[in-house]
Amino acid sequence: MKSEWLSEIWRFRELLYFLAWRDVKVRYKQAALGVAWAILQPLLTMIIFTVFFGRLAGVSGDGIPYPLAAFCALVPWTYFAATLSQAGNSLLTNTNLITKVYFPRVLLPASVALGGLLDFLISASFLGGMMVYYRVRPTWALLFYPVFVLATMILVVGVSMLLAALNVRFRDVKYVIPFLIQIWFFVTPIIYPASFIPKRLQPILAFNPMSGIVEGFRASLFPSRGFNMSLIATSLGITAALFVIGAIVFRNTERTFADII
Amino acid sequence: MKDSITVEGLSKKYEIGTQVKETMLRERIVNLFVSPFRKKPPTETIWALRDVSFRVRQGEVLGIIGRNGAGKSSLLKILSKITFPTEGRFEVNGRVASLLEVGTGFHEELTGRENIFLNGSILGMKKKEVEARLDAIIDFAGVERFIDTPIKRYSSGMRLRLGFAVAAHLDPDILIVDEVLAVGDAGFQKKCLSAMEGLRSGGRTVLFVSHNMAAVENLCSRAIWIDGGRVRSDGDASEIIKQYLSSFTPSSAASSSFDGVDGRQGSGEIRYTGFQVLSPQGEPLPLVRSGDAVVFRLHYHAKTPVQNPSFGFRIYTELGTLITDTSTWHHAMDIPVIPPGDGFLDLEIDSLNLMPARYVLSLWLTGPGRHVYDGLENSLHLDVETTNIYNASRISDSRYGIVFFPQRWRLGSTQSAKPAPNDSLSKGVEQPQGLLNR
Repeated sequence: MKSEWLSEIWRFRELLYFLAWRDVKVRYKQAALGVAWAILQPLLTMIIFTVFFGRLAGVSGDGIPYPLAAFCALVPWTYFAATLSQAGNSLLTNTNLITKVYFPRVLLPASVALGGLLDFLISASFLGGMMVYYRVRPTWALLFYPVFVLATMILVVGVSMLLAALNVRFRDVKYVIPFLIQIWFFVTPIIYPASFIPKRLQPILAFNPMSGIVEGFRASLFPSRGFNMSLIATSLGITAALFVIGAIVFRNTERTFADII
Repeated sequence: MKDSITVEGLSKKYEIGTQVKETMLRERIVNLFVSPFRKKPPTETIWALRDVSFRVRQGEVLGIIGRNGAGKSSLLKILSKITFPTEGRFEVNGRVASLLEVGTGFHEELTGRENIFLNGSILGMKKKEVEARLDAIIDFAGVERFIDTPIKRYSSGMRLRLGFAVAAHLDPDILIVDEVLAVGDAGFQKKCLSAMEGLRSGGRTVLFVSHNMAAVENLCSRAIWIDGGRVRSDGDASEIIKQYLSSFTPSSAASSSFDGVDGRQGSGEIRYTGFQVLSPQGEPLPLVRSGDAVVFRLHYHAKTPVQNPSFGFRIYTELGTLITDTSTWHHAMDIPVIPPGDGFLDLEIDSLNLMPARYVLSLWLTGPGRHVYDGLENSLHLDVETTNIYNASRISDSRYGIVFFPQRWRLGSTQSAKPAPNDSLSKGVEQPQGLLNR
């Protein structure tokens, strides 16, 4: 059964590219604006938090300049949040497709995740620029960066599938999503270093898969911090679990989408 | 040869809740705590499809007809894998393309060209296939000038043409079309039908749902009639269409009253109560022949005084083509008021120039501002019998058209038109004086 599902998705892979391309095209209709926005979002957040927390609250960046540490985490976070928000609603915004045409519905949230990579790339390039400015030299650990990009994608697709499926059944889920993202932002060590959390609460931090992923991103750019293997391993495990759960829920409710949407 | 489509015992159930089902997550969560063992509220069950079975051979064009709400669209949705059956199974061999709505997947901000690729991809075509057919698609749609403008600037007609153009070039093994031709002007409809004709001659299987009986008869060799979710009839297209249409027109026009007619419309202050076919002298005609002078007497009853009504009368062919629509309004006939009570109105036709066939009549009673008092659509039929219409003792029937005109033929007077000897044309043909004698 599972393999049938996967082979269907493979058969429709061109549609996946098209849907992703459609989203990107629309966002980048005004090319300059699109690029600017991809950078501005994490940049402005970083500046605001640098001003309020970096200097005032005396929060250090764990040996890395605060702006850099924060921005480094904001890059994947912006991708995660934007994708989750759009993908979670992707089934509802494409009602006309779901009720009229056959294709694997999972392509809708998946194409959002794929299309968002362009923004990720742009803001990551800006991050590269910042690293040059701060004279941080890349090391072999950089090879792990794509690993965490993949982990982020798997996580966001997994959670999106779950939320999107729930969203079709329960209409107030779309109001839950922004709230969920907000809370998630604060329980992830983005604008504060992981060491900020007291030792005894650290295990709880591990429950949030984004913590490990974000720490992984930081470590791959600044290996002097060392890879917090237990945290990262836990997070990757939870990511995989969430993906599987999301896929199962999505597949089981897929049959009824067209009827109840 | 394997069957293209096999359907066995297909059923589809919908639950209509009399109480609002919990559509909010917070309700569900609250209910989990408050009353975890609450029984599901009673729901009404509607069977959109019940035990539907049929087979379609490869290359067959199957028409699916039935009234609105009979279950045709549900059947197509199931075959297109958009929704799932409650019971039964079906099997489909080959690539399926469904046209359940035109312009599915169009994105407003993208140009026509970009949307062709998007739409094609959504309908299952690979990018290379779309590229190969791009010019043909643009040409069919007739939007070459606007192909690089965003779709949001297109008129609805242009969108329709573009959407159908993509689907028409899909080249699937099985094409499922659901009434998309209902929209669009006559010229485009013709184009669409000939495109589908092309598919048929290409050996593709086509499932065609339509209310246009002429199109169904033209295109389909076989038809099934879906009524109330079940297959009521399955067989030769013309035969099934006849059965379907006769379920609509039970009464003959010779003399009929209108009690208990299906689907009657209007507010009812004034209603038709009867219809008679009379001779110009006012006597009931047992039969009507092509070219006869007839009087159609429309009886009515008004409950209250009615101001400025217009009495309307339409004739259609059996297949639904409108032949003429006439009314007192068309004649600028002013009827200031109709007092309460019974009355009648005569439509005097000098010559009923219809070929022998069965026709369907509709009666309408309207008031100012498009107000409808009474509407009896497709409620009567009229049989027109054969007669010697051109005074030539030759056959005249519906093979030769719907109408005929008072007419004669005359040979022209050019000198070069010298008929050859023993030319059958010159036998018995009136020759104008002096043609050959100059």
